[in-house]
Amino acid sequence: MDEILIEPGRGFKHYWRDLWAYRELFYFLAWRDIAVRYKQTVIGVAWSLVRPFLTMVVFTLVFGKLAKLPSGNTPYPILVFAAMLPWQFFSNALTASSESLVGSANMISKVYFPRLAIPTSAIIVSFVDFLLSFAMLLVLMAWYQFIPSWRIVTLPLLTLLAFCAAMGVGLWFASLNVKYRDFRFIVPFVVQFGIYVSPVGFSSSIVPSKWRLLYSLNPMVGVIDGFRWAIIGGDAELYLPGFLISIGLVVFLLASGIWYFRRTERTFADVI
Amino acid sequence: MSDTVIRVEGLGKKYIIGHERNGSDGLRHRLNDFLTAPFRRFRNSQSEIRNPKSEAFWALKDVSFDVTQGEVVGIIGRNGAGKSTLLKILSRITEPTEGRVRIRGRVASLLEVGTGFHPELTGRENVFLNGAILGMSREEIKRKFDEIVAFAEVEKFLDTPVKRYSSGMYVRLAFAVAAHLEPEILIVDEVLAVGDAQFQKKCLGKMRDVVGVGRTVLFVSHQMSAIESICTRCVVLNSGQIKFAGTTAEAIRVYSREAVATIDYQDSANIKRVGNGLVRFVSFGLEDEDGQRIYSAASGKPLTLVFGYEASPCPQNSLSFGFSLHTTTGQTICVLYSDYQGISFSPVHERGVLKFTTPRLILAPGTYYVAVRLLVNGKETDFPKDFVGGFDIDTGDFYGQGVGFHSGNGPVLIEGDWQHLAIT
Repeated sequence: MDEILIEPGRGFKHYWRDLWAYRELFYFLAWRDIAVRYKQTVIGVAWSLVRPFLTMVVFTLVFGKLAKLPSGNTPYPILVFAAMLPWQFFSNALTASSESLVGSANMISKVYFPRLAIPTSAIIVSFVDFLLSFAMLLVLMAWYQFIPSWRIVTLPLLTLLAFCAAMGVGLWFASLNVKYRDFRFIVPFVVQFGIYVSPVGFSSSIVPSKWRLLYSLNPMVGVIDGFRWAIIGGDAELYLPGFLISIGLVVFLLASGIWYFRRTERTFADVI
Repeated sequence: MSDTVIRVEGLGKKYIIGHERNGSDGLRHRLNDFLTAPFRRFRNSQSEIRNPKSEAFWALKDVSFDVTQGEVVGIIGRNGAGKSTLLKILSRITEPTEGRVRIRGRVASLLEVGTGFHPELTGRENVFLNGAILGMSREEIKRKFDEIVAFAEVEKFLDTPVKRYSSGMYVRLAFAVAAHLEPEILIVDEVLAVGDAQFQKKCLGKMRDVVGVGRTVLFVSHQMSAIESICTRCVVLNSGQIKFAGTTAEAIRVYSREAVATIDYQDSANIKRVGNGLVRFVSFGLEDEDGQRIYSAASGKPLTLVFGYEASPCPQNSLSFGFSLHTTTGQTICVLYSDYQGISFSPVHERGVLKFTTPRLILAPGTYYVAVRLLVNGKETDFPKDFVGGFDIDTGDFYGQGVGFHSGNGPVLIEGDWQHLAIT
């Protein structure tokens, strides 16, 4: 029979095994959020297709037709959409996960379950949106008759990188938000600000090369550049030192995020 | 002992109560503290330790007890005695400040039924969601699904969003899910306070089944009849400490002596009283709608106040009885003399009781005190100059919207209807 020892400041012995035992909860919480989102709407799940579709149309019109920005041989909409994908995933996941704990205050103060399930399932929900947007990108590629190179097979790894980046930052903000509701105001700012300092609307090749390494300290630079490199193929070059820095940073954020989350989760029920 | 399944040793839980709270302690204070910290260290290290803005409060202190396999242990105590804190630590929702707990076996807690229910989801969907939150696997839920639905009696509404459920159906479904967990140790807090009498009986029956197969149960309730019927042993908590641990019968005696609801008034002869003494007030108690003695009641439920008196017999006498209810701060909530309703009682018995029943209790959750005054033939006969009793009011389903938390918003719950009109 399992023995559980409850002591102050010690955490629980079977943390990771508990997480595994509750694995289905991750799925159920994500499924709940998806199922609830389009209840009592007229067109229902179609919304999750309409949103990326409209984004695509707007980007195509604004960047491709009106601004006529140079993009090499690649159609500009694809250039932008390739970056928009990971960015939107990151920003949605970050927003949702930072609010997730406070939004589940009732559950946290009434039942025990691994708290990690709450922010993680919020990110999974954004991931489902990401997959739908990705389908839109495929439509866009077909429309422009754009053939991707072999590099596209690296996308799952890059997606994992985006997932880890969102998770790392999300865990930090989620646990800080429990105690300091200031983060409710900081997160929208970070997201709004981030789209301008990340190479979403432009290619990071326009950043002067002496600043390039410093620029890579934004972990999303590596992720977005990676996505461009994988989707667009030949034209896009990957700035390797910067990319490695981004990977290192994402790993650091994720590890420290989990560390801080575990350190604070035992008092969530008291302060939330 | 090898069959000890729960061992609690020196358990304590401290909360810091801020006197200047605004919901959450903002980052600004932390930044402020951080910026001024180096200076403060020079000036006066005392002020840092003795922060006048916050105060430590021990919700539990030095609590130790053992529970062996198959026992049903009742945990009783008044509001704020630390029962909920204890259960929260045992069910791992919060961690203790000191001491330790060893638990052998899977624990499931019914601290509040229906946690994690989503109003937009259907009954069927919520069963799966709630089951997962409580730690059941999907296979397990599937296997017990029919049983759960049959227990809750909601077969016809399985595919209706639970926001369209009546509060009774909602609670039944929520309890059914929780009741079908199969943990080695079950922690139950006050779930029986919900639902109608018939369903409550069903819940008690279910709990007896759980006990019948050798599981261990920790049970918190204000209903002494429920405690009496299923608990083998009880722990009485008072201000965060164990006041008594032992047999159920003895524990209930200890609790009821302590619960001010049952002051035997002759014991407190040192309280000053005035009046001619023809009739003397002797006891105060509470009864529920079935005439069962209770020690606390829930908002919105019927409640009977029982006042006992003794008199020297005289058939010509007519008794007018008055009582008032007060908050813990001494504020008067209401005063009622039987005269107000044109009622006086005669003849006066040698020993008698007066029962006053309110069909629907409008008091918000909290603790209330009772004072009395007796008049015979219009003359004051007994007027104790202190409260003669008190009782706790628990959270109840006053507005028919499921159990609500209306405490801290004033002592009285108001009823009424709204109208919404445009001004043209």
